[in-house]
Amino acid sequence: MSLVNEFTKGIIRENPLFVLVLGTCPALAITTSVNNGLGMGAAFTAVLLASNIVISALRKVIPDSIRIPSYIVIVAAFVTMIDLIMHAYTPALYKALGIYIPLIVVNCIILGRAEAFANKNGVGASIMDALGMGVGYTLALVVMSGIREILGAGTFFGIPVLGASASPALIMILPPGGFIAFGCILALMNKLQQKAS
Amino acid sequence: MSELGVIIIGAIFINNIVLSQFLGICPFLGVSKKLSSAIGMGIAVTFVMALAGTLTWIIQSYILNPLGIAYLQTIAFILVIAALVQFVEMVIKKTSPGLYKALGVYLPLITTNCAVLGIAIVSIQKNYSLIEAVVNNVANAVGFTLALILMAGIRERIEESDIPKCFHGFPIALFTASLMSIAFLGFTGLL
Repeated sequence: MSLVNEFTKGIIRENPLFVLVLGTCPALAITTSVNNGLGMGAAFTAVLLASNIVISALRKVIPDSIRIPSYIVIVAAFVTMIDLIMHAYTPALYKALGIYIPLIVVNCIILGRAEAFANKNGVGASIMDALGMGVGYTLALVVMSGIREILGAGTFFGIPVLGASASPALIMILPPGGFIAFGCILALMNKLQQKAS
Repeated sequence: MSELGVIIIGAIFINNIVLSQFLGICPFLGVSKKLSSAIGMGIAVTFVMALAGTLTWIIQSYILNPLGIAYLQTIAFILVIAALVQFVEMVIKKTSPGLYKALGVYLPLITTNCAVLGIAIVSIQKNYSLIEAVVNNVANAVGFTLALILMAGIRERIEESDIPKCFHGFPIALFTASLMSIAFLGFTGLL
């Protein structure tokens, strides 16, 4: 039961993007299409999962005083792998995400989970934690990129959804649109939380 | 000379690091509540980015490229930046305890400030010479500081105004950033 709990907490209650407001840079930058959002979410989840497993397995070996540099090196190694894999197998996505793939290494969520969870818990719990957080972050990216793609380009996953007569608001896929969409979502989350409490 | 001018104007106004490239959003939202801490953070980031830009360029050109291990770029750069931030933290702690107190938790966070690593990588990708890379880094840092200070000035006034309760904090800050971003879009035709 507790393993299920570790998984579900990341999706809604402690959603890294909408509740903890971490990992905002890629969330604003690459959410111009659902395709990019999903790709980023998948790459992020893979890195988080791999680094959580290794850090949790090595938690008794790594001396406390140098744990942060060790975590950074472990995360950077996995980011490099993902970077090379995506370059080889998904060149179009690699080009669209660009600099934000190597920048997964400085995503606060990954270091945050290493420090707050993986170095205190076993491998099994850490896997569930990473999957929950990863899926939660991916869902958040998809929600945001869905809103921006529909309003800004009139498509969803590249398929036209608005009628031919509707002209999309280009600003939603330009930088200001990212801030507006994220601001609206956070305001909505605040509203829901105030209602609940 | 004019090429450097193009890099500077481009980095500060047209492709502003925060408002159009979305790098360094965390400190942009986190440290922009007070003007004084925004200025301190801006100076710290500018200093780190200038040093990091120089060091990473040297490492890329004289160590990674000759040895054919350019794929280790991410790991090498993040380690250099982490060490640099520690160093800057020690210097500030010794020389100005007041500033150290004001910056608080955000100083170590410069390590995970994607702006520093991001611009270092961009400078390499664009095949800049050492001087161009350093100018690009400093200009981007100035752009970051400019956006941060403008934002802090606006947010100090928003604190006083009457806005719906659910928009307090991050949402209103994001809307402000969006309006600033639209304003900066106007610079597009400058070059």
